[in-house]
Amino acid sequence: MSSPLQMPAPGLAAETRGGSRRSQSIIPGFGLTMGLTIAWLSLIVLIPLSTVFIKSAGMGWAEFVAAGLSPRAIAAYKVSFGTAFVAAIINAIFGLVTAWVLVRYQFPGKRIVNALVDLPFALPTAVAGIALTAIYAGNGWVGQYLEPLGIAVAYNPIGITVALIFIGLPFIVRSVEPVLEDMSAEVEEAALSLGARPWQIFFRIILPAILPALLTGFALAFARGVGEYGSVIFIAGNMPFESEIAPLLIVTQLEQYNYAAATAIATVMLVASFAMLLLINLIQAWSRKRMDG
Amino acid sequence: MVVAATGLASCSSGSDDGGGAVQKAELLNVSYDPTRELYAEINPKFAAKWKAETGQDVKITMSHGGAGKQARAVIDGLDADVVTLALAYDIDEIAARTDALSPGWQKRLANNSSPYTSTIVFLVRAGNPKGIKDWDDLIKPGVKVITPNPKTSGGARWNFLAAWAYALKKYGSDAAARDYVTKLFANVPVLDSGARGSTTTFVERGIGDVLLAWENEAFLAQKELGKGKFDIVVPSISILAEPPVAVLDGNAKRHGNFQLAEAYLKYLYTPEAQDIIGKNYYRPISPEAEAKYASQFPKVNLVTVDDEFGGWQAAQKRFFNDGGVFDEIFAKTKR
Amino acid sequence: MHRENSRPAARYGLIAVAVLFLALFLVLPLAAVFGEALSKGATAFGSAVTEPDALAAIRLTLLVAGISVPLNIVFGIAAAWAIAKFDFPGKSLLISFIDLPFSVSPVVAGLIYVLLFGAQGWLGPWLRAHDIEIIFAVPGILLATIFVTFPFVARELIPLMSEQGRDDEEASLSLGASGFQTFWRVTLPNIRWGLLYGVLLCNARAMGEFGAVSVVSGHLRGITNTMPLHVEILYNEYNFVAAFAVASLLALLALVTLVLKSIVEWRFDYHRGGAGH
Repeated sequence: MSSPLQMPAPGLAAETRGGSRRSQSIIPGFGLTMGLTIAWLSLIVLIPLSTVFIKSAGMGWAEFVAAGLSPRAIAAYKVSFGTAFVAAIINAIFGLVTAWVLVRYQFPGKRIVNALVDLPFALPTAVAGIALTAIYAGNGWVGQYLEPLGIAVAYNPIGITVALIFIGLPFIVRSVEPVLEDMSAEVEEAALSLGARPWQIFFRIILPAILPALLTGFALAFARGVGEYGSVIFIAGNMPFESEIAPLLIVTQLEQYNYAAATAIATVMLVASFAMLLLINLIQAWSRKRMDG
Repeated sequence: MVVAATGLASCSSGSDDGGGAVQKAELLNVSYDPTRELYAEINPKFAAKWKAETGQDVKITMSHGGAGKQARAVIDGLDADVVTLALAYDIDEIAARTDALSPGWQKRLANNSSPYTSTIVFLVRAGNPKGIKDWDDLIKPGVKVITPNPKTSGGARWNFLAAWAYALKKYGSDAAARDYVTKLFANVPVLDSGARGSTTTFVERGIGDVLLAWENEAFLAQKELGKGKFDIVVPSISILAEPPVAVLDGNAKRHGNFQLAEAYLKYLYTPEAQDIIGKNYYRPISPEAEAKYASQFPKVNLVTVDDEFGGWQAAQKRFFNDGGVFDEIFAKTKR
Repeated sequence: MHRENSRPAARYGLIAVAVLFLALFLVLPLAAVFGEALSKGATAFGSAVTEPDALAAIRLTLLVAGISVPLNIVFGIAAAWAIAKFDFPGKSLLISFIDLPFSVSPVVAGLIYVLLFGAQGWLGPWLRAHDIEIIFAVPGILLATIFVTFPFVARELIPLMSEQGRDDEEASLSLGASGFQTFWRVTLPNIRWGLLYGVLLCNARAMGEFGAVSVVSGHLRGITNTMPLHVEILYNEYNFVAAFAVASLLALLALVTLVLKSIVEWRFDYHRGGAGH
């Protein structure tokens, strides 16, 4: 099974099929396709993104810190990164269970469950946002039963976390699934027959094998969660220092004509994105090294 | 890319009837959140009048959103012919940051360029279970107050200033006013970015005991969203809200519809439009409409931004800019 | 095939946990959309989705997807071809750059085009002087959409084409086929299911993007409102049934996407399984 969001190891091409190691190829079109790729990438992604850095480079360090690292901005980063982290942890646990169930068990409706996992990729985030609000608000479908128990989901960081769980789930499932599929059940059966307990098998055999994929999925879900906007604003509450997410703060600063602050916050978030991508690549490099070694 | 973009831009921006601008004119009105129903009613009436007078069809396009977002869009190039926003400061910013209109814009039309006024009132749940009668009741423990974010919503800035003006009058010092507003915002559970978001939170999600709202929004919620579900409470002091309108000369002249834009705004001052304004729960300014709708609007003791706060520029700088009083209050209470 | 070796208790327990979790976080929101959309009956639903502004939003959404998806298909195939079929230094970096839009906040994606093309932006004055509208017009929406959907097709094809290697193409070329013929007759059939899969997700995101498009749209009724923005507008007009009605069209699109994707997946597995030995 393949998913567009499953991260293939960078440099994979050079390692699959021994023949590919040849650097001389008779295949044409390198110039054309490479040129097209670089040109399109530059026009749509790199040049526009560079505006953020150039604009904030023109600000001067003190101004940048005042805007990008103001107490309110730092509080927003804490909310964004904190809720994304918690959501990714929850997704890592339940996503792993889901992937395990999908790979290892047969049960009626499995096809539907499998298709459903991708729903967050397909459902527009704003639709998810108003739907989740309708469900978890104090008078909503589920909220009305939670409120008497003193549990408020909507309009606080829990609501943000719920939205981010929705957004991030497929990243974990689709990252872990292929690895679980490649893992044969025989090792587990052997361990079981040697008297190992199920939790020992999980922690000693399964987890080490799927850890890189799980971490990759975690990092992807986390990165997506940090930047998420559409599904969160409806359910967040948007209180500064409490439930204001960093992307909302960018929008708020824009609406106050404070382009410098918006850009500074955007820069901090972009750097975080780069770092996250780098981390994913490192995880994969590490895992490939481990597999080879 | 640019070539493709140009082609698209020209087919999206309207003059595609082939007959040229004389036959059909277009007008873009960029407005704030709660005016949707008002302009939905005014626009066809104006179009009919314009057609009768000049023989020209006019298509009026609306854009609605929080006042800050809307002004920001205009500054970034949203090609509005007229803006009808929640407060003068946002139009001042457009004047300062673009060459679309001159700084003296507010003197060009009557009544500070505000063809209608409004004020801030309380919307409470039916029967007023928390017994909210005046501003002091809002800072009692256990009372949840819904207001949008003053940083992004024009209505919320009026809310804030009305609360401040009350506390200043009652307790007599800036320190006491700050203390009052700090306590007020400690009772706010959700800060939506626009007035409409707050009304939805209060009405539809059932959150909060009292909504600080535009008078027109409060009436609309009471009459159209839930008959018998809400009461309006008029506080002892509130603020005279003057939502101004302006032609963006630069844009309108470039589009060749300056006269149309000017006629559109002047139409807002005619008896016909003033009547629609009253019907939509805005306070009309013409004496006839004022008399006709007088029974609809409760008498409120109103202060003005100019008298109380020295105008919008000063108020914005002191209260709402980054590092202003609002930020200080939040930095203190929430951290 | 895996033998179902675990103890039944654990097995059913895990299945129950997974299904319950998905029901709570995925099915319930979906049900809420349709439930709210139909809460005032089918007539209210019908009039909400056939109202002129709604139709304009649907048309714009189709237009944006209709332009951005093919462009990203061309780019995706070109990028995958360059990356999968050739070795060159900096390949990892290039892949990371292609991934970038996945981890950039949609709001930032909108912001960068405002900084570039807005009236206060770098190219703003020039664009205005030449009467070219990008921001707050269709081109801006298009650019923001292309940005957020940028990696979908390429990301799907790169691993697939890497895995398939170069042997088929090299054989075809050595038999005298031209590069284009080779691509059309050999490569494309090999990647068609993967391509379709990428296109489906690319299309779903193109039609559903909210954050990035919201920053550059200007929210002009009937002109620059895509379907997700129209949902927000209706929501802000207290027209909740209509908001959920338009939202349910988007949810329906999501469901159709999932069904098609399942079919593709099935064919894809079948195809790969068949070709695997």
